[in-house]
Amino acid sequence: MTGVAVVGAAETTELGKIPGMSQQMLHADAALNAMADAGITAKQIDGIATAGQRPTDLAFYLGITPEWVDGTSVGGCSFMLHVRHAVAALQSGLCKTVLITHGESGRSRVGASGFAPEPSSLAGQFEAPFGTFGPPSTFTLPVLRYMKDYGMSHEQLAMVAVVQREWAGLNPRASMRDPISVQDVLDSRMIAYPFHLLECCLVTDGGGALILTTDERISDFAGKPVHIWGTGESVETPMVTQMEDLTSSKAFSIAGPRAMKEAGVAHSDVDHLMIYDAFAHLPLYGLEDLGFVGRGEAPDFIWERNTAPGGSLPLNTNGGGLSYMHSGMYGMYALQESVRQMRGVAPAQVEGAEVSVCLGVGGMFGASGCIVFGNQPKT
Amino acid sequence: MSSPKRPLPAPTPETQHFWEGCRAGELRLQRCGDCEHVYYPPRPFCPKCSSREVNIFAASGRGTLASYVINERPHPAFGEPHSIAIVQLEEGPKMASNVVGCPQTPEALQLDMSLQVTFEAVSEDITLPLFTPVEVSS
Ligand SMILES: [Zn+2]
Repeated sequence: MTGVAVVGAAETTELGKIPGMSQQMLHADAALNAMADAGITAKQIDGIATAGQRPTDLAFYLGITPEWVDGTSVGGCSFMLHVRHAVAALQSGLCKTVLITHGESGRSRVGASGFAPEPSSLAGQFEAPFGTFGPPSTFTLPVLRYMKDYGMSHEQLAMVAVVQREWAGLNPRASMRDPISVQDVLDSRMIAYPFHLLECCLVTDGGGALILTTDERISDFAGKPVHIWGTGESVETPMVTQMEDLTSSKAFSIAGPRAMKEAGVAHSDVDHLMIYDAFAHLPLYGLEDLGFVGRGEAPDFIWERNTAPGGSLPLNTNGGGLSYMHSGMYGMYALQESVRQMRGVAPAQVEGAEVSVCLGVGGMFGASGCIVFGNQPKT
Repeated sequence: MSSPKRPLPAPTPETQHFWEGCRAGELRLQRCGDCEHVYYPPRPFCPKCSSREVNIFAASGRGTLASYVINERPHPAFGEPHSIAIVQLEEGPKMASNVVGCPQTPEALQLDMSLQVTFEAVSEDITLPLFTPVEVSS
Protein backbone atom coordinates (compact mmCIF):
# COMPACT_ATOMS: atom_id res chain seq x y z
CA MET A 1 0.00 0.00 0.00
CA THR A 2 1.40 3.34 -0.98
CA GLY A 3 -1.40 5.76 -0.01
CA VAL A 4 -1.09 7.51 -3.35
CA ALA A 5 -3.66 7.58 -6.16
CA VAL A 6 -4.04 8.68 -9.76
CA VAL A 7 -6.74 11.38 -9.79
CA GLY A 8 -6.29 12.63 -13.34
CA ALA A 9 -5.43 10.69 -16.48
CA ALA A 10 -5.73 11.45 -20.18
CA GLU A 11 -4.14 11.01 -23.56
CA THR A 12 -3.79 13.65 -26.25
CA THR A 13 -7.06 14.70 -27.89
CA GLU A 14 -5.97 12.92 -31.08
CA LEU A 15 -3.70 9.91 -31.56
CA GLY A 16 -1.98 8.69 -34.70
CA LYS A 17 -0.93 11.40 -37.14
CA ILE A 18 -0.80 14.88 -35.59
CA PRO A 19 1.38 17.05 -37.88
CA GLY A 20 -0.10 20.22 -36.39
CA MET A 21 1.54 19.80 -32.97
CA SER A 22 5.15 19.88 -31.85
CA GLN A 23 6.47 17.36 -29.35
CA GLN A 24 6.19 19.94 -26.58
CA MET A 25 2.58 20.75 -27.45
CA LEU A 26 1.68 17.05 -27.38
CA HIS A 27 2.92 16.99 -23.75
CA ALA A 28 0.86 20.09 -23.02
CA ASP A 29 -2.30 18.86 -24.79
CA ALA A 30 -2.24 15.66 -22.71
CA ALA A 31 -1.49 17.63 -19.53
CA LEU A 32 -4.43 20.00 -20.11
CA ASN A 33 -6.73 17.02 -20.71
CA ALA A 34 -5.51 15.37 -17.49
CA MET A 35 -6.06 18.61 -15.54
CA ALA A 36 -9.60 18.81 -16.94
CA ASP A 37 -10.17 15.19 -15.89
CA ALA A 38 -8.93 16.01 -12.37
CA GLY A 39 -10.88 19.28 -12.26
CA ILE A 40 -7.83 21.44 -11.56
CA THR A 41 -5.58 23.96 -13.28
CA ALA A 42 -1.80 24.29 -13.35
CA LYS A 43 -2.00 26.41 -10.19
CA GLN A 44 -2.82 23.33 -8.09
CA ILE A 45 0.21 21.37 -9.34
CA ASP A 46 3.41 21.59 -7.29
CA GLY A 47 5.35 18.62 -8.65
CA ILE A 48 6.32 17.78 -12.24
CA ALA A 49 8.01 14.83 -13.92
CA THR A 50 8.64 14.21 -17.59
CA ALA A 51 10.97 12.54 -20.10
CA GLY A 52 11.77 13.33 -23.72
CA GLN A 53 11.51 17.01 -22.86
CA ARG A 54 13.07 18.81 -19.90
CA PRO A 55 10.82 19.32 -16.86
CA THR A 56 11.93 22.97 -17.08
CA ASP A 57 10.37 23.24 -20.55
CA LEU A 58 7.04 21.85 -19.43
CA ALA A 59 6.85 23.72 -16.11
CA PHE A 60 7.44 27.00 -17.91
CA TYR A 61 5.16 26.17 -20.85
CA LEU A 62 2.25 25.09 -18.64
CA GLY A 63 2.71 27.78 -15.99
CA ILE A 64 3.65 25.44 -13.15
CA THR A 65 5.91 26.51 -10.28
CA PRO A 66 7.07 23.17 -8.91
CA GLU A 67 8.64 22.37 -5.57
CA TRP A 68 9.50 18.85 -6.74
CA VAL A 69 11.01 17.94 -10.13
CA ASP A 70 11.95 14.60 -11.72
CA GLY A 71 13.56 14.33 -15.15
CA THR A 72 14.42 10.62 -15.01
CA SER A 73 14.87 9.55 -18.61
CA VAL A 74 15.53 5.85 -19.17
CA GLY A 75 13.43 5.34 -22.29
CA GLY A 76 9.81 4.31 -22.71
CA CYS A 77 9.28 3.19 -19.11
CA SER A 78 10.45 6.52 -17.66
CA PHE A 79 6.84 7.29 -16.72
CA MET A 80 6.61 4.17 -14.55
CA LEU A 81 9.71 5.41 -12.74
CA HIS A 82 8.16 8.87 -12.44
CA VAL A 83 5.10 7.31 -10.79
CA ARG A 84 7.34 5.43 -8.37
CA HIS A 85 9.37 8.52 -7.52
CA ALA A 86 6.22 10.62 -7.20
CA VAL A 87 4.78 8.10 -4.73
CA ALA A 88 7.88 8.54 -2.55
CA ALA A 89 7.75 12.32 -2.86
CA LEU A 90 4.04 12.51 -2.00
CA GLN A 91 4.43 10.07 0.90
CA SER A 92 7.21 12.14 2.40
CA GLY A 93 5.47 15.47 1.87
CA LEU A 94 7.89 16.96 -0.67
CA CYS A 95 4.87 18.06 -2.70
CA LYS A 96 1.10 17.56 -2.83
CA THR A 97 0.05 17.14 -6.46
CA VAL A 98 2.27 15.70 -9.21
CA LEU A 99 1.85 15.99 -12.97
CA ILE A 100 3.62 13.42 -15.18
CA THR A 101 3.62 14.13 -18.92
CA HIS A 102 4.58 12.44 -22.16
CA GLY A 103 4.37 13.70 -25.73
CA GLU A 104 6.12 12.48 -28.83
CA SER A 105 5.92 13.36 -32.48
CA GLY A 106 7.09 9.86 -33.40
CA ARG A 107 5.58 9.83 -36.87
CA SER A 108 5.44 13.47 -37.94
CA ARG A 109 8.74 14.38 -36.21
CA VAL A 110 7.67 17.97 -35.42
CA GLY A 111 10.15 19.36 -32.91
CA ALA A 112 11.27 15.81 -32.11
CA SER A 113 14.59 14.67 -30.66
CA GLY A 114 17.02 12.27 -32.39
CA PHE A 115 17.84 8.59 -31.85
CA ALA A 116 21.42 7.79 -32.90
CA PRO A 117 23.88 7.01 -30.08
CA GLU A 118 26.91 9.26 -29.59
CA PRO A 119 29.89 7.66 -31.40
CA SER A 120 31.87 7.74 -28.14
CA SER A 121 29.15 6.05 -26.05
CA LEU A 122 29.29 2.32 -25.37
CA ALA A 123 26.51 1.59 -27.87
CA GLY A 124 28.09 4.04 -30.35
CA GLN A 125 31.44 2.27 -30.17
CA PHE A 126 30.47 -1.35 -29.69
CA GLU A 127 27.10 -1.83 -31.43
CA ALA A 128 26.42 0.89 -34.01
CA PRO A 129 29.46 0.09 -36.23
CA PHE A 130 27.92 -3.33 -36.89
CA GLY A 131 24.77 -1.83 -38.32
CA THR A 132 22.32 -1.70 -35.42
CA PHE A 133 20.09 0.87 -37.03
CA GLY A 134 17.16 1.79 -34.82
CA PRO A 135 15.10 -0.51 -32.61
CA PRO A 136 13.88 -2.92 -35.36
CA SER A 137 17.40 -4.25 -35.93
CA THR A 138 18.55 -3.97 -32.31
CA PHE A 139 15.77 -4.75 -29.84
CA THR A 140 15.09 -7.88 -31.90
CA LEU A 141 18.59 -9.33 -31.47
CA PRO A 142 18.02 -11.73 -28.54
CA VAL A 143 14.94 -13.56 -29.83
CA LEU A 144 16.57 -16.28 -31.96
CA ARG A 145 18.35 -17.40 -28.78
CA TYR A 146 14.98 -17.64 -27.02
CA MET A 147 13.47 -19.51 -29.97
CA LYS A 148 16.24 -22.12 -30.03
CA ASP A 149 16.50 -22.58 -26.25
CA TYR A 150 12.74 -22.97 -25.73
CA GLY A 151 11.65 -24.33 -29.09
CA MET A 152 9.40 -21.39 -29.95
CA SER A 153 8.12 -21.40 -33.54
CA HIS A 154 7.78 -18.46 -35.90
CA GLU A 155 4.02 -19.05 -35.77
CA GLN A 156 4.03 -18.62 -31.99
CA LEU A 157 5.88 -15.30 -32.23
CA ALA A 158 3.35 -14.19 -34.85
CA MET A 159 0.47 -15.17 -32.56
CA VAL A 160 1.40 -12.36 -30.15
CA ALA A 161 0.53 -9.83 -32.85
CA VAL A 162 -2.65 -11.71 -33.84
CA VAL A 163 -4.05 -11.67 -30.30
CA GLN A 164 -3.25 -8.01 -29.76
CA ARG A 165 -4.99 -7.11 -32.99
CA GLU A 166 -8.10 -8.85 -31.59
CA TRP A 167 -7.96 -6.48 -28.60
CA ALA A 168 -7.38 -3.49 -30.89
CA GLY A 169 -10.49 -4.48 -32.85
CA LEU A 170 -12.49 -3.66 -29.71
CA ASN A 171 -10.91 -0.21 -29.36
CA PRO A 172 -12.16 2.65 -31.59
CA ARG A 173 -9.00 4.71 -30.88
CA ALA A 174 -6.63 1.95 -32.02
CA SER A 175 -4.59 2.72 -35.14
CA MET A 176 -4.82 -0.80 -36.60
CA ARG A 177 -8.14 -2.63 -36.10
CA ASP A 178 -8.63 -5.10 -38.96
CA PRO A 179 -8.27 -8.75 -37.87
CA ILE A 180 -5.08 -10.54 -38.93
CA SER A 181 -4.10 -14.21 -39.01
CA VAL A 182 -0.81 -15.90 -38.16
CA GLN A 183 -0.30 -16.36 -41.90
CA ASP A 184 -0.88 -12.62 -42.50
CA VAL A 185 1.88 -11.86 -40.00
CA LEU A 186 4.28 -14.34 -41.59
CA ASP A 187 3.43 -12.98 -45.05
CA SER A 188 4.12 -9.37 -44.04
CA ARG A 189 7.42 -7.82 -45.11
CA MET A 190 10.55 -9.06 -43.34
CA ILE A 191 12.06 -6.19 -41.33
CA ALA A 192 14.87 -7.92 -39.46
CA TYR A 193 14.76 -11.71 -39.61
CA PRO A 194 12.97 -13.26 -37.75
CA PHE A 195 10.75 -10.18 -37.31
CA HIS A 196 8.06 -9.31 -39.85
CA LEU A 197 6.43 -5.90 -40.16
CA LEU A 198 3.37 -6.93 -38.12
CA GLU A 199 5.61 -8.07 -35.25
CA CYS A 200 7.05 -4.54 -34.93
CA CYS A 201 5.39 -1.59 -33.23
CA LEU A 202 3.62 1.23 -35.01
CA VAL A 203 5.15 4.68 -35.31
CA THR A 204 2.58 7.32 -34.39
CA ASP A 205 2.16 10.72 -32.68
CA GLY A 206 0.56 11.21 -29.31
CA GLY A 207 0.90 11.91 -25.63
CA GLY A 208 -0.49 11.20 -22.21
CA ALA A 209 -0.46 12.63 -18.70
CA LEU A 210 -1.19 11.54 -15.14
CA ILE A 211 -1.97 13.51 -11.98
CA LEU A 212 -1.15 11.94 -8.62
CA THR A 213 -1.94 12.87 -5.04
CA THR A 214 -2.21 11.26 -1.62
CA ASP A 215 -5.30 9.25 -0.64
CA GLU A 216 -6.30 11.91 1.95
CA ARG A 217 -6.68 14.53 -0.79
CA ILE A 218 -8.51 12.57 -3.49
CA SER A 219 -11.85 14.20 -2.66
CA ASP A 220 -10.39 17.53 -3.82
CA PHE A 221 -10.26 16.17 -7.38
CA ALA A 222 -12.97 15.34 -9.91
CA GLY A 223 -11.27 12.30 -11.50
CA LYS A 224 -12.24 8.79 -10.34
CA PRO A 225 -9.24 7.70 -8.23
CA VAL A 226 -7.13 4.67 -9.10
CA HIS A 227 -4.92 3.49 -6.28
CA ILE A 228 -1.24 2.69 -6.55
CA TRP A 229 -0.53 -0.49 -4.61
CA GLY A 230 3.07 -1.21 -5.50
CA THR A 231 5.99 -0.03 -7.63
CA GLY A 232 9.35 -1.32 -8.86
CA GLU A 233 12.21 -0.18 -11.08
CA SER A 234 15.63 -1.21 -12.32
CA VAL A 235 18.11 -0.86 -15.20
CA GLU A 236 20.39 -3.42 -16.79
CA THR A 237 22.39 -2.27 -19.81
CA PRO A 238 22.56 0.39 -22.55
CA MET A 239 23.51 -2.41 -24.99
CA VAL A 240 21.02 -5.19 -25.75
CA THR A 241 23.93 -7.38 -26.86
CA GLN A 242 25.24 -7.29 -23.27
CA MET A 243 22.11 -8.65 -21.56
CA GLU A 244 23.22 -11.10 -18.91
CA ASP A 245 20.73 -13.67 -20.24
CA LEU A 246 19.44 -13.23 -23.80
CA THR A 247 16.20 -15.01 -22.88
CA SER A 248 15.27 -12.89 -19.85
CA SER A 249 15.31 -9.22 -18.83
CA LYS A 250 17.08 -8.66 -15.53
CA ALA A 251 15.34 -5.28 -15.15
CA PHE A 252 11.90 -6.92 -15.67
CA SER A 253 12.66 -9.61 -13.11
CA ILE A 254 13.63 -7.01 -10.49
CA ALA A 255 11.00 -4.31 -11.14
CA GLY A 256 8.02 -6.65 -11.58
CA PRO A 257 8.30 -8.92 -8.55
CA ARG A 258 9.30 -5.94 -6.38
CA ALA A 259 6.10 -4.09 -7.33
CA MET A 260 3.90 -7.14 -6.82
CA LYS A 261 5.49 -7.86 -3.45
CA GLU A 262 4.93 -4.30 -2.28
CA ALA A 263 1.32 -4.51 -3.49
CA GLY A 264 0.89 -7.80 -1.66
CA VAL A 265 -0.71 -9.46 -4.68
CA ALA A 266 -0.27 -13.01 -5.92
CA HIS A 267 -0.39 -13.86 -9.62
CA SER A 268 -3.91 -15.22 -9.16
CA ASP A 269 -5.05 -11.81 -7.83
CA VAL A 270 -4.14 -10.04 -11.08
CA ASP A 271 -7.15 -9.36 -13.32
CA HIS A 272 -5.46 -7.30 -16.01
CA LEU A 273 -1.93 -7.03 -17.32
CA MET A 274 -0.06 -4.58 -19.53
CA ILE A 275 3.41 -5.49 -20.87
CA TYR A 276 5.09 -2.87 -23.05
CA ASP A 277 5.24 -4.41 -26.51
CA ALA A 278 7.57 -2.53 -28.82
CA PHE A 279 8.09 -5.89 -30.54
CA ALA A 280 6.26 -9.23 -30.38
CA HIS A 281 8.76 -10.92 -28.07
CA LEU A 282 8.33 -8.49 -25.17
CA PRO A 283 5.08 -9.94 -23.79
CA LEU A 284 6.75 -13.38 -23.80
CA TYR A 285 9.72 -12.15 -21.78
CA GLY A 286 7.43 -10.13 -19.49
CA LEU A 287 5.06 -13.01 -18.70
CA GLU A 288 8.01 -15.18 -17.70
CA ASP A 289 10.03 -12.54 -15.85
CA LEU A 290 6.96 -11.53 -13.83
CA GLY A 291 6.42 -15.21 -12.99
CA PHE A 292 2.93 -15.58 -14.53
CA VAL A 293 4.28 -18.65 -16.35
CA GLY A 294 7.47 -20.71 -16.12
CA ARG A 295 10.55 -20.33 -18.33
CA GLY A 296 9.74 -21.15 -21.93
CA GLU A 297 6.01 -21.45 -21.26
CA ALA A 298 4.85 -18.04 -22.53
CA PRO A 299 4.60 -18.99 -26.26
CA ASP A 300 2.14 -21.83 -25.49
CA PHE A 301 0.30 -19.64 -22.97
CA ILE A 302 -0.40 -17.01 -25.63
CA TRP A 303 -1.00 -19.58 -28.39
CA GLU A 304 -3.69 -21.19 -26.21
CA ARG A 305 -5.45 -17.80 -26.03
CA ASN A 306 -5.03 -17.22 -22.29
CA THR A 307 -4.23 -13.54 -22.93
CA ALA A 308 -6.86 -13.04 -25.68
CA PRO A 309 -10.35 -11.57 -25.24
CA GLY A 310 -12.22 -14.04 -23.04
CA GLY A 311 -8.96 -15.55 -21.70
CA SER A 312 -7.91 -15.92 -18.06
CA LEU A 313 -5.27 -13.15 -18.15
CA PRO A 314 -6.28 -10.24 -20.40
CA LEU A 315 -3.03 -8.71 -21.70
CA ASN A 316 -2.47 -5.45 -23.60
CA THR A 317 -6.17 -4.78 -23.88
CA ASN A 318 -5.76 -1.49 -25.76
CA GLY A 319 -4.10 -3.38 -28.64
CA GLY A 320 -0.60 -2.50 -27.43
CA GLY A 321 2.30 -0.88 -29.23
CA LEU A 322 1.74 -3.37 -32.05
CA SER A 323 -1.81 -2.20 -32.86
CA TYR A 324 -2.99 0.67 -30.60
CA MET A 325 -0.25 3.27 -30.95
CA HIS A 326 3.49 3.66 -30.34
CA SER A 327 5.07 7.07 -30.35
CA GLY A 328 8.51 5.89 -29.22
CA MET A 329 8.11 6.05 -25.44
CA TYR A 330 4.99 3.90 -25.15
CA GLY A 331 5.00 3.38 -21.36
CA MET A 332 2.56 6.24 -20.77
CA TYR A 333 -0.11 4.56 -22.93
CA ALA A 334 0.25 1.28 -21.03
CA LEU A 335 -0.30 3.24 -17.78
CA GLN A 336 -3.32 5.01 -19.28
CA GLU A 337 -4.91 1.67 -20.21
CA SER A 338 -4.35 0.28 -16.70
CA VAL A 339 -6.02 3.40 -15.27
CA ARG A 340 -8.98 3.07 -17.68
CA GLN A 341 -9.39 -0.60 -16.74
CA MET A 342 -9.35 0.24 -13.01
CA ARG A 343 -11.87 3.03 -13.58
CA GLY A 344 -14.06 0.61 -15.50
CA VAL A 345 -14.10 2.77 -18.63
CA ALA A 346 -11.78 0.94 -21.05
CA PRO A 347 -13.16 0.29 -24.55
CA ALA A 348 -12.38 -3.42 -24.06
CA GLN A 349 -13.28 -3.39 -20.36
CA VAL A 350 -12.38 -6.51 -18.37
CA GLU A 351 -15.52 -7.16 -16.32
CA GLY A 352 -14.96 -6.83 -12.60
CA ALA A 353 -11.23 -6.09 -12.89
CA GLU A 354 -9.85 -4.93 -9.53
CA VAL A 355 -6.06 -5.31 -9.89
CA SER A 356 -3.91 -4.31 -12.86
CA VAL A 357 -0.16 -4.83 -13.33
CA CYS A 358 1.65 -2.54 -15.77
CA LEU A 359 5.20 -3.45 -16.84
CA GLY A 360 7.32 -1.06 -18.88
CA VAL A 361 10.59 -1.41 -20.76
CA GLY A 362 13.10 1.35 -21.45
CA GLY A 363 15.74 1.41 -24.15
CA MET A 364 16.16 -2.11 -25.51
CA PHE A 365 15.83 -4.30 -22.44
CA GLY A 366 17.81 -1.47 -20.83
CA ALA A 367 15.43 -0.45 -18.06
CA SER A 368 12.12 -1.36 -16.50
CA GLY A 369 9.43 0.08 -14.27
CA CYS A 370 6.37 -1.70 -12.95
CA ILE A 371 3.22 -0.32 -11.29
CA VAL A 372 0.45 -2.31 -9.60
CA PHE A 373 -2.91 -0.51 -9.58
CA GLY A 374 -6.06 -1.28 -7.62
CA ASN A 375 -9.56 0.11 -8.10
CA GLN A 376 -9.88 0.41 -4.30
CA PRO A 377 -7.45 1.56 -1.61
CA LYS A 378 -5.34 -1.40 -0.52
CA THR A 379 -6.68 -2.76 2.78
CA MET B 1 29.21 12.97 -53.81
CA SER B 2 30.66 10.53 -51.31
CA SER B 3 28.89 7.28 -50.45
CA PRO B 4 27.21 6.99 -47.03
CA LYS B 5 29.61 6.05 -44.24
CA ARG B 6 29.22 3.26 -41.76
CA PRO B 7 28.77 4.66 -38.22
CA LEU B 8 32.26 4.59 -36.74
CA PRO B 9 33.28 4.42 -33.11
CA ALA B 10 34.92 7.41 -31.43
CA PRO B 11 37.43 5.74 -29.07
CA THR B 12 37.80 7.19 -25.58
CA PRO B 13 40.87 6.92 -23.30
CA GLU B 14 39.24 3.88 -21.71
CA THR B 15 38.71 2.03 -25.00
CA GLN B 16 41.80 3.09 -26.97
CA HIS B 17 43.63 -0.21 -26.35
CA PHE B 18 40.76 -2.20 -27.84
CA TRP B 19 40.69 -0.26 -31.10
CA GLU B 20 44.50 -0.24 -31.32
CA GLY B 21 44.35 -4.02 -30.85
CA CYS B 22 41.93 -4.39 -33.74
CA ARG B 23 44.29 -2.39 -35.96
CA ALA B 24 47.11 -4.71 -34.90
CA GLY B 25 44.98 -7.79 -35.62
CA GLU B 26 44.36 -8.64 -31.96
CA LEU B 27 41.03 -8.99 -30.16
CA ARG B 28 41.88 -7.48 -26.78
CA LEU B 29 39.81 -8.28 -23.72
CA GLN B 30 40.39 -7.47 -20.07
CA ARG B 31 40.79 -9.79 -17.10
CA CYS B 32 40.51 -8.77 -13.46
CA GLY B 33 43.70 -9.33 -11.50
CA ASP B 34 41.72 -9.89 -8.31
CA CYS B 35 38.76 -12.06 -9.29
CA GLU B 36 39.84 -13.27 -12.78
CA HIS B 37 36.58 -12.06 -14.36
CA VAL B 38 36.90 -11.51 -18.12
CA TYR B 39 34.65 -8.75 -19.43
CA TYR B 40 33.62 -6.56 -22.40
CA PRO B 41 33.09 -3.77 -23.42
CA PRO B 42 36.37 -2.30 -22.14
CA ARG B 43 36.76 -0.19 -19.02
CA PRO B 44 39.71 0.25 -16.63
CA PHE B 45 38.07 -1.58 -13.71
CA CYS B 46 36.27 -4.82 -13.02
CA PRO B 47 32.45 -4.63 -13.22
CA LYS B 48 32.20 -7.70 -10.99
CA CYS B 49 34.37 -6.72 -7.99
CA SER B 50 35.20 -3.01 -8.66
CA SER B 51 38.95 -3.67 -8.66
CA ARG B 52 41.17 -1.37 -10.73
CA GLU B 53 43.77 -4.15 -11.05
CA VAL B 54 42.86 -5.25 -14.55
CA ASN B 55 45.03 -6.64 -17.34
CA ILE B 56 44.62 -6.44 -21.09
CA PHE B 57 45.21 -9.66 -23.02
CA ALA B 58 44.81 -10.97 -26.56
CA ALA B 59 41.79 -13.23 -26.75
CA SER B 60 41.63 -16.37 -28.89
CA GLY B 61 39.17 -14.77 -31.32
CA ARG B 62 37.09 -17.93 -31.15
CA GLY B 63 33.39 -17.86 -30.38
CA THR B 64 29.95 -19.15 -31.25
CA LEU B 65 26.84 -17.52 -32.70
CA ALA B 66 24.59 -16.73 -29.71
CA SER B 67 21.87 -14.83 -31.59
CA TYR B 68 21.38 -12.53 -34.56
CA VAL B 69 19.02 -10.73 -36.89
CA ILE B 70 19.26 -10.24 -40.63
CA ASN B 71 18.59 -6.56 -41.10
CA GLU B 72 16.42 -6.13 -44.19
CA ARG B 73 16.41 -2.34 -43.84
CA PRO B 74 20.13 -1.74 -43.43
CA HIS B 75 22.00 1.47 -42.82
CA PRO B 76 22.77 2.99 -46.24
CA ALA B 77 26.47 2.21 -45.81
CA PHE B 78 25.70 -1.52 -45.78
CA GLY B 79 23.53 -1.44 -48.89
CA GLU B 80 22.29 -5.02 -48.65
CA PRO B 81 20.59 -7.11 -45.96
CA HIS B 82 23.20 -8.32 -43.50
CA SER B 83 23.58 -10.08 -40.19
CA ILE B 84 23.95 -8.30 -36.89
CA ALA B 85 25.21 -10.90 -34.47
CA ILE B 86 25.76 -11.50 -30.80
CA VAL B 87 28.92 -13.59 -30.55
CA GLN B 88 29.57 -15.68 -27.46
CA LEU B 89 33.34 -15.43 -27.02
CA GLU B 90 35.27 -18.47 -25.77
CA GLU B 91 36.62 -16.39 -22.85
CA GLY B 92 33.11 -15.57 -21.56
CA PRO B 93 31.90 -12.15 -22.73
CA LYS B 94 29.39 -11.58 -25.50
CA MET B 95 30.02 -9.03 -28.25
CA ALA B 96 28.09 -7.43 -31.09
CA SER B 97 29.53 -7.98 -34.55
CA ASN B 98 28.70 -9.17 -38.07
CA VAL B 99 29.11 -12.67 -39.44
CA VAL B 100 30.76 -12.29 -42.84
CA GLY B 101 32.10 -14.68 -45.47
CA CYS B 102 28.89 -16.69 -45.79
CA PRO B 103 25.42 -16.13 -47.26
CA GLN B 104 23.34 -13.82 -45.07
CA THR B 105 20.52 -16.34 -44.71
CA PRO B 106 18.91 -18.28 -41.84
CA GLU B 107 20.16 -21.48 -43.49
CA ALA B 108 23.80 -20.35 -43.49
CA LEU B 109 23.60 -18.68 -40.09
CA GLN B 110 22.96 -21.46 -37.60
CA LEU B 111 22.88 -20.67 -33.91
CA ASP B 112 25.87 -22.00 -31.94
CA MET B 113 28.01 -22.41 -35.09
CA SER B 114 31.74 -21.87 -34.51
CA LEU B 115 33.14 -18.49 -35.47
CA GLN B 116 36.59 -16.94 -35.74
CA VAL B 117 37.42 -13.25 -35.60
CA THR B 118 38.62 -11.45 -38.70
CA PHE B 119 39.57 -7.79 -38.94
CA GLU B 120 38.34 -5.27 -41.49
CA ALA B 121 39.85 -1.81 -41.83
CA VAL B 122 36.96 0.59 -42.43
CA SER B 123 38.91 3.86 -42.16
CA GLU B 124 42.45 5.04 -41.58
CA ASP B 125 41.94 4.85 -37.82
CA ILE B 126 39.30 2.23 -37.32
CA THR B 127 39.44 -1.51 -37.88
CA LEU B 128 36.38 -3.54 -36.88
CA PRO B 129 36.37 -7.06 -35.44
CA LEU B 130 34.07 -9.21 -37.59
CA PHE B 131 33.53 -12.96 -37.51
CA THR B 132 33.58 -15.75 -40.10
CA PRO B 133 32.28 -19.30 -39.84
CA VAL B 134 34.93 -21.89 -39.01
CA GLU B 135 34.98 -24.74 -41.51
CA VAL B 136 34.39 -27.91 -39.53
CA SER B 137 36.82 -30.57 -40.73
CA SER B 138 35.45 -34.08 -40.37
ZN1 LIG C 1 37.12 -8.50 -10.40
